[in-house]
Amino acid sequence: MAKDSLIGGSIWEEYSQKVQDLMNSPKNMGELTEEDAKWMGGKLIIADFGAESCGDAVRLYWIVDEKTEVIKAAKFKSFGCGTAIASSDTMAELCIGKTVSEAVKITNIDVEKAMRDTPDVPAVPPQKMHCSVMAYDVIKAAAASFKGVDAASFEDEIIVCECARVSLGTIKEVIRINNLTTVEQITNYTKAGAFCKSCIKPGGHEAREYYLEDILRDTRAEMEHDRLLAMSNVKVEGTHTVNFDDLTVVKKFQEIEKVIDENIRPMLVMDGGNLEILDIKESEGMSDVYIRYLGACSGCASSSTGTLFAIEAVLQEKLSKNIRILPV
Amino acid sequence: MRVYLDNNATTMLDPEAFELMKPYYCEKYGNPNSLHQFGSESHPALRKAMDQLYAGINAGDEDDIVVTSCATESNNWVIKSVYNDYILHGDKNHIITSEVEHPAVGASCKFLESLGVNVTYLPVNTDGVINVEDLKNAITDQTALVSIMWANNETGMIFPVEEIGAICKARGVLFHTDAVQAIGKIPVDVKKANVDFLSFSAHKFHGPKGIGGLYIRNGQALTPFFHGGEHMGGRRSGTLDVPGIVGMGKAMELAVAALDFEKSNVRRLRDKLEDALLKIPETFVVGTKEQRVPNTILISVKGIEGEAMLWDLNQNGIGASTGSACASEALESNPVMEAIGAEADLAHTALRLSLSRFTTDEEIDYAINVIYKAVERLRAISSTYAYAPEWHVSRL
Repeated sequence: MAKDSLIGGSIWEEYSQKVQDLMNSPKNMGELTEEDAKWMGGKLIIADFGAESCGDAVRLYWIVDEKTEVIKAAKFKSFGCGTAIASSDTMAELCIGKTVSEAVKITNIDVEKAMRDTPDVPAVPPQKMHCSVMAYDVIKAAAASFKGVDAASFEDEIIVCECARVSLGTIKEVIRINNLTTVEQITNYTKAGAFCKSCIKPGGHEAREYYLEDILRDTRAEMEHDRLLAMSNVKVEGTHTVNFDDLTVVKKFQEIEKVIDENIRPMLVMDGGNLEILDIKESEGMSDVYIRYLGACSGCASSSTGTLFAIEAVLQEKLSKNIRILPV
Repeated sequence: MRVYLDNNATTMLDPEAFELMKPYYCEKYGNPNSLHQFGSESHPALRKAMDQLYAGINAGDEDDIVVTSCATESNNWVIKSVYNDYILHGDKNHIITSEVEHPAVGASCKFLESLGVNVTYLPVNTDGVINVEDLKNAITDQTALVSIMWANNETGMIFPVEEIGAICKARGVLFHTDAVQAIGKIPVDVKKANVDFLSFSAHKFHGPKGIGGLYIRNGQALTPFFHGGEHMGGRRSGTLDVPGIVGMGKAMELAVAALDFEKSNVRRLRDKLEDALLKIPETFVVGTKEQRVPNTILISVKGIEGEAMLWDLNQNGIGASTGSACASEALESNPVMEAIGAEADLAHTALRLSLSRFTTDEEIDYAINVIYKAVERLRAISSTYAYAPEWHVSRL
């Protein structure tokens, strides 16, 4: 893609002919009224999604047969760029003749595929995929209005990347199974983050609940924690006759040194690193353990994230919940 | 009919300048630094071009106008070399700019921030202009450079450069201005404005693309951006683009000579277009006509997303521009629009129309007609504009 990405301004060239035709003359643009609903013998549903301040907004009109739940007519209005208009039009078209339950299953990918000229060439460039997502979201809003339920009830998993419809579960699984370390790898494995890029980190085209950067960092930390716990052959005995929190600082120092020696140091040494305990300070019921990384650990990126959380987790599990580790 | 209303993006090369450039491609193609007649035969034209550039911005013979590849290079050079000379190897650590600079300045400042430099981004009012009081308050003894544009590329708003120059002079701070959108539209005088550095690009004033300049006041030190030879008095290495310089010089001369025409005729056409568009309900233009360069309109049309508007205009042969996020490759909204018009959704509904001295009455009449039709069509589709002409309500 390097050669193709050097000269900009080509997004319009990547719109399919179908998209261009729909931009120029959308088929299902317009409104449906109570009069229309009465005349057709159905129920009028009007649903909105998005806002002008977000750059995209769409309104969907349905006339639904209340007995069969078949969508007899669908129209849309849209504030958005040409691809938003074309996607909304295609979405309305796909709704007609389906039952409400069937319509809810239409995804943004169905909308995008319906606008392709040839089956294997995308209808819009990657950054325009989110336009079809809006078309999908407004269907859920309309169905929720018809059924009198919350739109979220149509979604049975957390979707992180709306454009490629990749769930939180899938992303975490892919990171773990393939030992992924970068967001680019997640994108290559799942296509999450390949389109409008909003889900990579905050500050993109639209705000998201989950971001790939955070998911990667948290999953890596969990993996590191699991690895250290597994390697340390933890035997949680809970046989301390004296509560750790009640020990003197010197005793605490000895206990912590023992746990680190048995459970943590071997792994650090294996990776060419080590750590030393500098001090323990007690404040507000917490034991703050100041440590210094040595060898390969100092300067290791995960020494302030994954490794640190893991060390803290082991000490908390073996000695006391009130231990905090502070690298110096 | 094809109508070009995107002259703030680039302009047509003036045919008169083009004629002068032609011999320097296939006939007089020697390197001006060479010691033979092939090289030296370009010298008279180069000297003439430099005279035209100096006269165009009222630079003195003691000053330097260094030819660069474009204003982006000039802006990068000033900001990064001031960093090198006064921050990295000096005792300053602060740069002041505005929130609405061209990315060549804005992104360079962001880059310096990543190196630990303090950068103040002065806010703008709803007309998109900074308040000089804010500038006065922002300057400290740590401030190495103030970089504020002469006129804004999106809004056309003219900044109070003379006041800024006076403040900087009084406080002993270097002043750089990006004058890309000012040259050829309004008078630009480096002496009156007290600037230390001024950037420009030839293709914004009917010169060729890929060439521009940096004005540097009388002997002001600035570490070179391009090392490698003795071109441009050692200030910027690289074989001179002879036809480019010849074309840029002529374009500068023509543009400055046409300033009165710009003020009268281009302004008249711009105002005609603006007045016609403001008759459309729920539209607004950023800034008053007097405060703007004479060729620019930034208009917000409620209910119509910028890229959709550009699509309809393009279908009818009109080239314009939008700051809409949807029209950008990376879906990034334009910081200028955000700085001045977040409340008005300007970031999504802005349409920029920029004329030139080659724009005709006939073209403006055609454009008005096309824009009216586009507004009617797109507002009928819009879900955020309550507008429903008879033909569009369904009759099933």
